[in-house]
Amino acid sequence: MNDNLQLNSEGKLKHFLSIEGLPKELLTEILDVAESFVSMTDQQIKKVPLLRGKTIVNLFFENSTRTRTTFELAAKRLSADVLSMSIATSSTSKGESLLDTIRNLEAMFVDMFVVRHAISGAAHFIAQQTAPHISVINAGDGQHAHPTQAMLDMFTIRQIKKDFSNLRVAIIGDILHSRVARSQIQALNTLGVPEVRVIAPKTLLPAHVESLGVSVSHDLNAGLKDVDVVIMLRLQKERMTSALLPSESEYFKCFGLTEEKLKIAKPDAIVMHPGPINRGVEIESKVADGPQSVILKQVSNGIAIRMAIMAMAMQKQGIM
Amino acid sequence: MSQILIKNGQLIDPVNKINRTGCIYIVEDKIVSVTDEPVGFKPDTIIDAQNKLVCPGFIDLSTRLREPGHSRKATFKSETAAAASAGVTTLCLQPDTSPVIDTPAVAELIKELAKKADYPQIYPIAALTRQLEGTELSSMLTLKQAGCIAVGNANHPVRNLLILRRAMEYAVSHDLLFMFRPNDYWLGNNGCAHEGAFATRYGLPSIPEAAETIALAQCLELVELTGCRVHFGQLSCRRSVIKIHQAKKYGLQVSADVAAHQLHLTENDIIPFDSNYHVLPPLRTEEDKRYMRQGLAIGTINSICSDHQPHDIDAKLGAFPETEPGVSSLETLLPLMLKLVTEGVVSIEQGIASLTANPARVLRIASGALTVGFNADVCIFDPELEWQVNAENWKSRGVNTPFWGQTFKGRVTHTLQAGKLIHSLESGNH
Repeated sequence: MNDNLQLNSEGKLKHFLSIEGLPKELLTEILDVAESFVSMTDQQIKKVPLLRGKTIVNLFFENSTRTRTTFELAAKRLSADVLSMSIATSSTSKGESLLDTIRNLEAMFVDMFVVRHAISGAAHFIAQQTAPHISVINAGDGQHAHPTQAMLDMFTIRQIKKDFSNLRVAIIGDILHSRVARSQIQALNTLGVPEVRVIAPKTLLPAHVESLGVSVSHDLNAGLKDVDVVIMLRLQKERMTSALLPSESEYFKCFGLTEEKLKIAKPDAIVMHPGPINRGVEIESKVADGPQSVILKQVSNGIAIRMAIMAMAMQKQGIM
Repeated sequence: MSQILIKNGQLIDPVNKINRTGCIYIVEDKIVSVTDEPVGFKPDTIIDAQNKLVCPGFIDLSTRLREPGHSRKATFKSETAAAASAGVTTLCLQPDTSPVIDTPAVAELIKELAKKADYPQIYPIAALTRQLEGTELSSMLTLKQAGCIAVGNANHPVRNLLILRRAMEYAVSHDLLFMFRPNDYWLGNNGCAHEGAFATRYGLPSIPEAAETIALAQCLELVELTGCRVHFGQLSCRRSVIKIHQAKKYGLQVSADVAAHQLHLTENDIIPFDSNYHVLPPLRTEEDKRYMRQGLAIGTINSICSDHQPHDIDAKLGAFPETEPGVSSLETLLPLMLKLVTEGVVSIEQGIASLTANPARVLRIASGALTVGFNADVCIFDPELEWQVNAENWKSRGVNTPFWGQTFKGRVTHTLQAGKLIHSLESGNH
């Protein structure tokens, strides 16, 4: 990733497209700023005027409820005007139409795009093509990156574990198709987590996955040993029809997180999931709703993190 | 009767083992002498090639000129001008035009377009299967008679091995060369990047080497079964080189080429999400590049092609996987070859042979050499002349090249096709 694209000439955040290329200090700053917004959510009036008069457009070329809602709430709590657009798109639609959409919205004096798209590199492309005053936040592009999700996960981990420098983190499931996993791995490595493991059958791991800075296991029992943080990934139903897995039940047997298996991890290990969860496929309800689960905390933190990132990306306009 | 004298140049002709300062005497469309001045020779044009290299015109085994069908991207006029300025005097046209080259009418149309563009030496490659659909045989004999030089299925898959076998057997019956780019459609899985660290990092759908090597291995078995003469085009990986090497040693009549950019770029060179690096086969690893280069050096791979694929701007404007693959590459062919010489991969004679004599041998045409009686296809270039890849120096309609903005050494100053000067840098035609 061209880090110059994400940062302005003073090294401040301009676009937020990928964790790659962002220094540790910046990621920590995002977490710190988010911290200040978290306390705010307990108050009666949940609004700050940081982005008053700014227009943010949520451009969702792919369906999402949680991510879009939290982005919308985050923008509203920053007092921005928000427009959410769900744009149905076919896989054959070309860059021209994407670009035309952007150009039209630009003409309406938009200040920020929040983009989700099914193709890797889409947010990057928009950031390159859009007018220089507009910031682009990647809300998930293909199998490439989902950096705000990764940051809210980091936030949740820090909230509970305080320090990254002595953690063992395991990410379990469909790494191959997961933009969340890619961004999490980069964030964990940047923030100094000494050991990141990925646990999955070979069909759900990309080639040379070690090159991302992880160790690999095909065995959940071995992989969970002494782990502080367990991150489960959602398993899409279509993996069964494309010969990547034989059946949900066999997957659950090997890689599903049960109370029993969770015992292999450290007793104070936390369980995370970017949602939406498939109960009984990658995670047992008892675990998802159990005392070690922080899944709903992740969702709440999503608002604060997105507020922080949106506010910081507007810094260049002298807001903060 | 036109007579042209090329003098004072350093003649290099691998076929006739020439590497010396000398003259070429051309009458009408033919070379009449490369030694003594013929009796009564009175040149009306004299080209002084002092400090320049003079070699046979280049023969490109894989080109797309986008006509008929995609004139929005490029035209015969624009791309033959690019070819001429690059020293290329013979082009093989891939059959995936629109309509597909699967009827004599389309082959005739291409001949007509070539004539209109004043660049007659264009050979269509006939579709191996009707509509390139991979299910029914094309009328290969009729297409051959209409001027097609070989058969091939471009980047389209053949439905199954039985159909491929029959197509190859039918090609043998009419003594047709089969030009094959090995790629297993299913293993390729609609990927856009090499299955390696780069694709993993950027979450790009990826293509393993096995997509190429399995298709190649299957085809080699069918070569043995059918006796078909096969030329493997645009190879990209280490194991392909090894397999071709073994097949040749074993005695199979096969040959292979590589696209020039594959000899210089790898996945490590890709600027993330820059669609100019989106090519098929994808840019692979350093090791693959090393093997491709070595394969060229020892003759396992005997030709370099441009794999020229000009695109309109919109085709490359989008998120990487959505953009169309391919590089506009005629004009970087010579400098990329010369870079191999500079980097010690091949000798200048080998480099020139890979663009002239060797592809001529693959196609079995009387070309690619400065032989008396051959068409006067000549490329004159200044190996020291530096030039930048920019709008001013570029002729192709497609500006889709990862080398844009780069400065290269080595530029064609004159190109003659069948005795006709089709490019001259000095005349301002640049």
